Amino acid sequence: MKAFNVVDGLVVPLDRANVDTDAIIPKQFLKSIQRSGFGPNLFDEWRYLDHGEPGQDCSARPLNPDFVLNRPRYRGAQILLTRDNFGCGSSREHAPWALEDYGFRALIGTSFADIFFNNCFKNGLLPIVLPASEVDELFRRCEANEGFRLVVDLPAQRIQCPDDGRMIAFEIDAFRKECLLNGWDDIGLTLRHADEIRAFEERRRGEHPYYFS
Amino acid sequence: MKAQTLYEKLWSSHLVRQEADGTALIYIDRHLVHEVTSPQAFEGLKLAGRKPWRVSSIVATADHNTPTDHWEAGILDPVSRQQVETLDANIRASGALAYFPFRDARQGIVHVIGPENGATLPGMTVVCGDSHTSTHGAFACLAHGIGTSEVEHVLATQCLLQKKSKTMRISVEGTLGRGVSAKDVVLAIIGEIGTAGGTGYAIEFAGSAIRSLSMEGRMTVCNMAIEAGARAGLVAVDDTTIAYLEGKPFAPTGASWEQAVDYWRTLHSDEGAVFDKEVVLDAARIEPQVTWGTSPEMVAPIGGRIPDPATVADPVKREGIERALKYMGLAPNTPIGEIPVDQVFIGSCTNSRIEDLREAAAVVRGRSKAPGVRRVLVVPGSGLVKRQAEAEGLDEIFRTAGFEWREPGCSMCLAMNADRLEPGEHCASTSNRNFEGRQGMGGRTHLVSPAMAAAAAVTGRFCDVRELA
Ligand code: SF4
Repeated sequence: MKAFNVVDGLVVPLDRANVDTDAIIPKQFLKSIQRSGFGPNLFDEWRYLDHGEPGQDCSARPLNPDFVLNRPRYRGAQILLTRDNFGCGSSREHAPWALEDYGFRALIGTSFADIFFNNCFKNGLLPIVLPASEVDELFRRCEANEGFRLVVDLPAQRIQCPDDGRMIAFEIDAFRKECLLNGWDDIGLTLRHADEIRAFEERRRGEHPYYFS
Repeated sequence: MKAQTLYEKLWSSHLVRQEADGTALIYIDRHLVHEVTSPQAFEGLKLAGRKPWRVSSIVATADHNTPTDHWEAGILDPVSRQQVETLDANIRASGALAYFPFRDARQGIVHVIGPENGATLPGMTVVCGDSHTSTHGAFACLAHGIGTSEVEHVLATQCLLQKKSKTMRISVEGTLGRGVSAKDVVLAIIGEIGTAGGTGYAIEFAGSAIRSLSMEGRMTVCNMAIEAGARAGLVAVDDTTIAYLEGKPFAPTGASWEQAVDYWRTLHSDEGAVFDKEVVLDAARIEPQVTWGTSPEMVAPIGGRIPDPATVADPVKREGIERALKYMGLAPNTPIGEIPVDQVFIGSCTNSRIEDLREAAAVVRGRSKAPGVRRVLVVPGSGLVKRQAEAEGLDEIFRTAGFEWREPGCSMCLAMNADRLEPGEHCASTSNRNFEGRQGMGGRTHLVSPAMAAAAAVTGRFCDVRELA
């Protein structure tokens, strides 16, 4: 997993609530057995005017000029600003894979759906929850100022607005922060406790044998 | 001892260890696997030179990509076929407690086959790379939908990294009216608390109306807990739970059954247990529900009307409604009963069990598909459900009415196979998601109960099933 430290990136505002994972990456792309290559199909139904199928060359497809990611001023964005309940719906990890493959490193919103939120951390993506008033303000500034950037500083747990130096603090679990900073793989960490797991398992097998047949 | 909620009992009985910040390792009893979210996990495991920790925890099936007709021809879409073959190869290499591959007599939707085979037992932790894993909470299981990295983590370590959820109890008290089903209950709940209302919570469904539901009904309610944003849904064990499980293929027998039942009887919230949040609904006030928008919270009773965004003060909400109505091709203030229906889908892990098919058949008996309805698909949840329905003659009722009786699978719930809506078509669907494009690009989904879907199929519009005497 890619480690996350400080990201200074262009911000794109996706001003919708309840953006679901079907919208982030439509189901036809879930047939792939790979982990990568989903970026060109991120938000496929919103981004293109035609219907996308896996394996297609997306560079030749007609773009929807009204979709915010297609506006030239937001090209190359690394930070996605969004609203309530982003990532709801299906558990598909293809959603964070597509966001990451497209180039996003951090997401800022008022709330994220639970499974999606977990999946982000496994893929070096940082979802940041801020109060609605802060998010409103970021939307206003992002739309008003072309080239609006933010510096997401994970070690210091704060977002810095370079244009006026304003700082916004954010919360993150200590364990998740540590894993992201180091790009650690959870499995390796968990397996350090293999003896504890084995002891637990044996005890459970003794108490509840019917779960082990 | 302090009074505990059911969630707390399940949590503490699976806690392997806990970090200072509350991140915990939870032991996993049952791992359900399907073809879409597992290939990258098996691949990751292989690349790291790791082996599955306990293959007897694994129950696998192919459901999302499989066709629902012409099974003799196999899977025609080469990309779907490759995914299903990859699952075959992975399970063959690793082993499993049970595998129900494509065309097996017990193949079906992963959340249907677990319970009906007794592979889902009270007191278990159950995970699957699928958000609707919450279904299994109907058996007082702690059941989580997980992502592919977590599938790999569970394969490699038999544990899941989790933080403890907050607890919410939703009590539905009283008696449900005639023609009102578990689906209407859960849609009404989501209408009440919203699609993010359960975020961060494990929801226990309680109250006399929930206790009166069959296991099938409870599964329908827990299935859609995820649509309310919850991490898990739960229902306490009672006689209904025990009676359902007795004699199921993987359920314990003899002395082991007695021992298990003694333990299962303790799986309820204690008297006086405190929840972080409580919600109470009056069962008698719940009417048959129909969603009109592109989120399950956009729902109204059958006698209601589509809301007028002009009357909504919150700008994000207002724009959400405007966008949904534009996508759905519907005007504000339209009565729900005037929305026409082009296709009907009776199926999915929400409503494809035998009781659902019985409810639909009861409405259809002696009637036929309305001329304006292009197609009605009835897709049983599993091979076992299909055979049971055929033994009861339900398939004949559907066929005589002009409906299509299909092979089991996810089908038009997510339209990964050939079953899908055409752009602009309105569908009365017993599934769980009405997102843009969910049932086919440009398709317009309205979530309803099986009885309401059947009523729409025979009248050609949404109508109150209670008026079809
Ligand atoms: S029936 Fe639908 S919701 Fe259920 S597992 Fe299949 S695709 Fe997912």
